[in-house]
Amino acid sequence: MASSVSKTEPHIEHHVAHHFDTSEQEFNAAKLGMWVFLVQEVLFFGGLFVAYAFFKSLYPEMFIEAHKQLSWKMGALNTCFLIFSSFTMVMGVREAQLNRRRSSIRYLMATFCLATAFMVVKYFEYSAKIHHGYLPAEWFFGEGTNQTLPIFFGLYFALTGLHGLHVLVGMGLIAWLIYRSMKGEFYEEFYTPLEMVGLYWHLVDLIWIFLFPLLYLVG
Amino acid sequence: MTELNYLNAKKGLMSWLFTLDHKRIGVMYLIFICIAFSLGGLFAVLLRLELIAPGQTFFTAKQYNQLFTLHGAVMTFLFIIPSIPASLGNFFLPVMLGAKDVAFPKLNLASLYIYVLGACFCLYSMIAGAADTGWTFYTPYSSTTDTSVISMTMGAFILGFSSILTGVNFIATVHMMRAKGMGWFRMPLFIWSLYATAIIQVLATPVLGITLLLLFLEKVIKIGIFDPVLGGDPVLFQHFFWFYSHPAVYIMILPAMGIMSELVTTFCKKNIFGYKPIAFSSIAIAIISFLVWGHHMFVSGQSDYAASIFSFLTFLVAIPSGVKVFNWLSTMYKGSIDLKSPFLYFLSFMFLFCIGGFTGIYLATLSVDVHLHDTYFVVAHFHYVMMGGTVMAFFGGLHYWWPKMFGRMYNEAAARIACLLVFVGFNMVFFTQFILGAKGMPRRYYDYLDQFQPLHAFSTVGTWVLGAGFMVMGVYLIKSLINGEKASANPWGGITLEWQTSSPPITENFAHHVEVTHDPYDYEAVQRKGV
Repeated sequence: MASSVSKTEPHIEHHVAHHFDTSEQEFNAAKLGMWVFLVQEVLFFGGLFVAYAFFKSLYPEMFIEAHKQLSWKMGALNTCFLIFSSFTMVMGVREAQLNRRRSSIRYLMATFCLATAFMVVKYFEYSAKIHHGYLPAEWFFGEGTNQTLPIFFGLYFALTGLHGLHVLVGMGLIAWLIYRSMKGEFYEEFYTPLEMVGLYWHLVDLIWIFLFPLLYLVG
Repeated sequence: MTELNYLNAKKGLMSWLFTLDHKRIGVMYLIFICIAFSLGGLFAVLLRLELIAPGQTFFTAKQYNQLFTLHGAVMTFLFIIPSIPASLGNFFLPVMLGAKDVAFPKLNLASLYIYVLGACFCLYSMIAGAADTGWTFYTPYSSTTDTSVISMTMGAFILGFSSILTGVNFIATVHMMRAKGMGWFRMPLFIWSLYATAIIQVLATPVLGITLLLLFLEKVIKIGIFDPVLGGDPVLFQHFFWFYSHPAVYIMILPAMGIMSELVTTFCKKNIFGYKPIAFSSIAIAIISFLVWGHHMFVSGQSDYAASIFSFLTFLVAIPSGVKVFNWLSTMYKGSIDLKSPFLYFLSFMFLFCIGGFTGIYLATLSVDVHLHDTYFVVAHFHYVMMGGTVMAFFGGLHYWWPKMFGRMYNEAAARIACLLVFVGFNMVFFTQFILGAKGMPRRYYDYLDQFQPLHAFSTVGTWVLGAGFMVMGVYLIKSLINGEKASANPWGGITLEWQTSSPPITENFAHHVEVTHDPYDYEAVQRKGV
């Protein structure tokens, strides 16, 4: 590491909070807390996945008919965006650990742009659904033979809407990380917020990886 | 000059509103929780008043429905779920671990404000046409009634996040913040029970969150998931709801069981009998709690096969609960028992929780449940567990730790009288309801047959005795804050860590670095050391 010291960019020294003995304890506590929070997120979405499974077993033909209204190409594009954004997120954390601040910021910005691209595609998908009347319950005026089609679109909007909300929250958090990185707060001995948002972002990505086949490729 | 402690270290309202000190946050929680308890209690007195005679006496049928809904919702979401973990737990978890604070102090303060926000939604619901669905919000009634179900469910949704954040905080604190020498099996049993509670809070509460969110969507955009007209299923709501709300029952009782372990050792001056069985039984209860939700749906059209499995799993809960009760009893054996008021609450818990627990076995039995389902027998059963169990332990814990929290003693004679009034009043209210339920009195009805009148009237009078007990308690506790005798650092002779610091503790909890050298209740080791 000695040779890289000269290349190190300037940073703000991190101080361990008063109730911790070491920075390692502080980091491990934050990491454990984040993992527990993510478990909570899984159960939060779990309720919707159970509802999905329940109605899928109740009306299998309806699900097959309904999924034809979703564009698997758009979904696949969005899947690529999110998987690639997980990669740039990891690199953002990695570069900060190596004291390469500018590079870390670039990766974070790339992550932010990919998330934006995801939301833009989502916007076009939603507009198409709304335009053709594939909406929950009484707003439904789309074409279809199956009477229970609105249930599928209720689930579709609940699942992707809640996921989209998580993407938006993630974008806010990444913007906040970029701001803090620019101030020079993260370096090899302190990158806790980067790591925590990274964990969150991977979960958001992972949930989409389940949503994509369940909603778009169900037939 | 008075000594510096967490109460007088900083002055002014702002120093409280922006504090990150877990003790101050615990005290603020305690205040809100006591207000919620008084409010819920007031609703209870009013709804019992309506039941003093058959027919319409004071309120209309709809007002009665709103009263029992508000009583249930306030007591469940605003009082009993946060009661012990958020107030006493927040205050004592770090102290008993020998830590300076919880792992995430800012998150701790955030959870308090989220609680306040959720409470505001619930209060709004009370003013704007209170919900009349019962605290369980069953569909399809909840999605069709014109009362303010939305604000009440949103309140409960928000309160859930407060509970989750407390759980996350406690899990991280227990794992990461233990003092030197405090291995997992040197933790006080109160900590074990809070740890088990935190696991349930984190795993079960999000499911309630999504359920209430779906109910919200059902009401606002008619998503149709719970509506049979659109192809949905109302029983799915019951499954979702109880997947949270049955584990939630153990969020309520587990911390109470933790307090019991603390009380029995301190007031018997004896090492706990069966430390590990008690610790593991908390975890066992937490695990089994996720597998029993179907016992709320024995008559909701669930298959017989599923019902018998749920019945069997429900019986299993009796084993870890029994392990605890027998261990507490064995701890008392040959102990030097000191009948101070916290221990009187301990004894009340033992009597009432056993009755509540055994009647739970009746209700878990399929054939018996068909007769008792949705009668006063169920009402009496869960009040024996929740109030006879959790509330008794909460007040036992409050009396036990009061001198530590505020540095003042209360009037012991008054405390004993209050405990007696609460115990007698409680049994007057609820024992009669076992009889009423067995005779077929259905719950949630504002009218009843003439033959039930004497028992109903007796139960209503009981609420007045119970109320008198709580008023006496309120008076002497407030009086102790004003001019109570100064408490020593260790008024009861306890040996867990919280008694080794001053009363009230300093902001950093301990003046010296804490190191643990013996088991939490090892009175012999303490005697050998000559402390």
